[in-house]
Amino acid sequence: MIRAPDLTALAITLKLATVTTVILLLLGTPFAWWLARTRWRLKFLIEAVVALPLVLPPTVLGFYLLVALGPHGPIGALTERLGTGPLAFTFSGLVIGSVIYSLPFVIQPLQNAFAAIGTRPMEVAATLRASPLDRFFTVTLPLARPGILTAAVLGFAHTLGEFGVVLMIGGNIPGRTQVVSIAIYDHVEALDYAQAHWLSGLLLICSFLLLAVAYALNRRFRVSFP
Amino acid sequence: MTLALRFNLWKGGFHLDVDLSLPGRGVSAVFGPSGSGKTTLLRAVAGLDRPPDGHLQVGELTWQDGATFVPPHRRPIGYVFQEASLFPHLTVRGNVEYGRRRVPPGERRVSLEQAIHLLGIEPLLDRKPGDLSGGERQRVAMARALAVSPRLLLMDEPLASLDQERRKEVLPYLDSLHEELEIPVLYVSHALDEVARLADHLVLLDAGRVEASGAVGDLLTRLDLSLAKGADAESLIEATVQGHEDTWHLTRLETAAGCFLVAGTDLPVGRAVRLRIAARDVSLALTPPRDSSILNLFPAVIEEVSGEKDAQVTVRLRVGKAPLLSRITRKSAHALNLRPGQPVHAQVKSVALLV
Repeated sequence: MIRAPDLTALAITLKLATVTTVILLLLGTPFAWWLARTRWRLKFLIEAVVALPLVLPPTVLGFYLLVALGPHGPIGALTERLGTGPLAFTFSGLVIGSVIYSLPFVIQPLQNAFAAIGTRPMEVAATLRASPLDRFFTVTLPLARPGILTAAVLGFAHTLGEFGVVLMIGGNIPGRTQVVSIAIYDHVEALDYAQAHWLSGLLLICSFLLLAVAYALNRRFRVSFP
Repeated sequence: MTLALRFNLWKGGFHLDVDLSLPGRGVSAVFGPSGSGKTTLLRAVAGLDRPPDGHLQVGELTWQDGATFVPPHRRPIGYVFQEASLFPHLTVRGNVEYGRRRVPPGERRVSLEQAIHLLGIEPLLDRKPGDLSGGERQRVAMARALAVSPRLLLMDEPLASLDQERRKEVLPYLDSLHEELEIPVLYVSHALDEVARLADHLVLLDAGRVEASGAVGDLLTRLDLSLAKGADAESLIEATVQGHEDTWHLTRLETAAGCFLVAGTDLPVGRAVRLRIAARDVSLALTPPRDSSILNLFPAVIEEVSGEKDAQVTVRLRVGKAPLLSRITRKSAHALNLRPGQPVHAQVKSVALLV
C-alpha cells in the first residue's frame, strides 16, 4: 500500500497542478487572445519564447529559475525586499517554476482556439449591441471551450509529471516540496520497487483518465462556425 | 432623417472615396461589381472599420467625425452579413434574443414575435444553427438583426451565398421587411434583379467611387451610366393594380406611362407593384402599328440615343411621365433616322411583374 509520506507527496502534486492550471488559465487566456489577434511584426519572438519550455531541458530551465529566485537573483532580491524571503525551495517557488514549465501546453491550445474562431463572431456580436468585454465572455469563451478544456487538461497533466525543474528549484523536502515524480525517483534509488510501482501506476492511470475525459468532452463540445 | 456619409480610405492598393447623402427611408441599394468597395462602405457605416478620414451623420446623430467615433455596439443598427454567421453555441431562439436582450426596453420597437413571424422562423426556434439549411440560416440572421429594433438596417449581399432555389425562398421575406417595417435599409448587392426588386434609391459604386446616386428608376435609364448600356439594360415602372379582365385572364395596371395589360394575377385592386421591362423587349415603330398582336403599345418621344458603336444601341424614351429604354440594332436606328424629340410608338413585348 501507499505510505503516508507518499500520500503527502501526492497531495502536494495535485495541489501544485491545480494552482498552476488555474494561474495559467487566468493569465494565459487574455495573453493567448492577444497573441491570436495581434498583427504586431515581432509577435514571432514572443511565440518562440512561449514555446521554449517545450524544447529546453528542464534542468536548464530549473537552473535559471534557481538563480533568479535565489537571494542574489532579480526575483529573489525583490522577494527579499518585500520581506517574503527567497522563493527557492518553497511551494510558491514550485508554482512559479511550473507555470513557466507548462506555459506552452496552455497557451498554444488557447491561441489556436481563438485563431480558429476568427473575428466574425465578435463583429456580429458588436452589431448586436455587445460591448467588447460582453462579447468576449458570451461569444469568444463559449466558442473556445474545447480549446480551453484541452489547455486545462494538458497544463494539469504536464505539471503532474514535472521532474527536472522541481528538483532544481524545489529540492526534495518531504512534506513541503516533494512531489510524486521525485518520490518515485527516491524509491527507485532505494531499490524499493514496490512503492515505485504504486506511485507510478497511480500517475499513469491519473494521466490516462484525464486525457480520456478531455478527448471525450471535446468530441461532444465540438462546434463549427457556419 | 437622412444619412450623410463621407469616407476616404486606403486599403492595400484600394481607394474608397465616397461622399453621399441618402434618404432616411426605404431601401437604398449600393450596387457595383465585386471589389468596388461596397462591403468596405457598409462596414464603415456600421463602425466595424474606422476609416481615419470619415464623417457619418444619421439624422441628428453624428456617428463619426474627427475625434468622434461611436463604436459599433452603441450604434442602433442591424447588420446582416453575407454568410449568416449565427452563433453556433446558441439555439435559433438564443441567437435572435442575443441582441434584443441588450437593447433597453424603452427602445424596443420591433417585438420579438414580430421579428420571428416576419421571417417565418417559428418552427426553427429550438434548433441549433448547424441543423439549418442555408436559406433558413439567413432568415434567422435577418430576424436577429431586426430584433434589436435598428434605426438603420445594413445588409451585405444577404442572398449572395445562396443558390437560386434558396434565393427564391428568402426574397419574399425581404419584400415583407420592405413593406411592413419603416426601417431604412442600406442594401449592398451585385445582383441587378435584387436591386430592381427591392431598391428605391440606388448608388452605383465603381472602383471605390460613386458613379451616380438617385432614384432607381432614373438611374437605370440614364444613358451616361453603364447600366443602360449592354444587353441587360432595363426599365422599372411603378404601377398599381387597376382591375382584372376575367374573360382574357389579364390584369390591368395603372402606371405613369399609361395602362399595361399583363398575364392574369389574383392581386387585389389598388396593390402597388413594380414592372420590370427589359430594353430588348421594347421595339419601336414610326407609325402606329395596326393589327399587331402586342397589347402594350404606347406613343412615346425619343429623348436620347446611346452612342455605342456595336450592333445595338439603347434608346431612351419618355412614355407619358415614365422613362423607358428600348434596345434596337444600330442599323434600325439609322434606317428610322431616330433622333431626340421625335415621336415614335413603343411596343412592349413582355413585362415582368415584381410583387
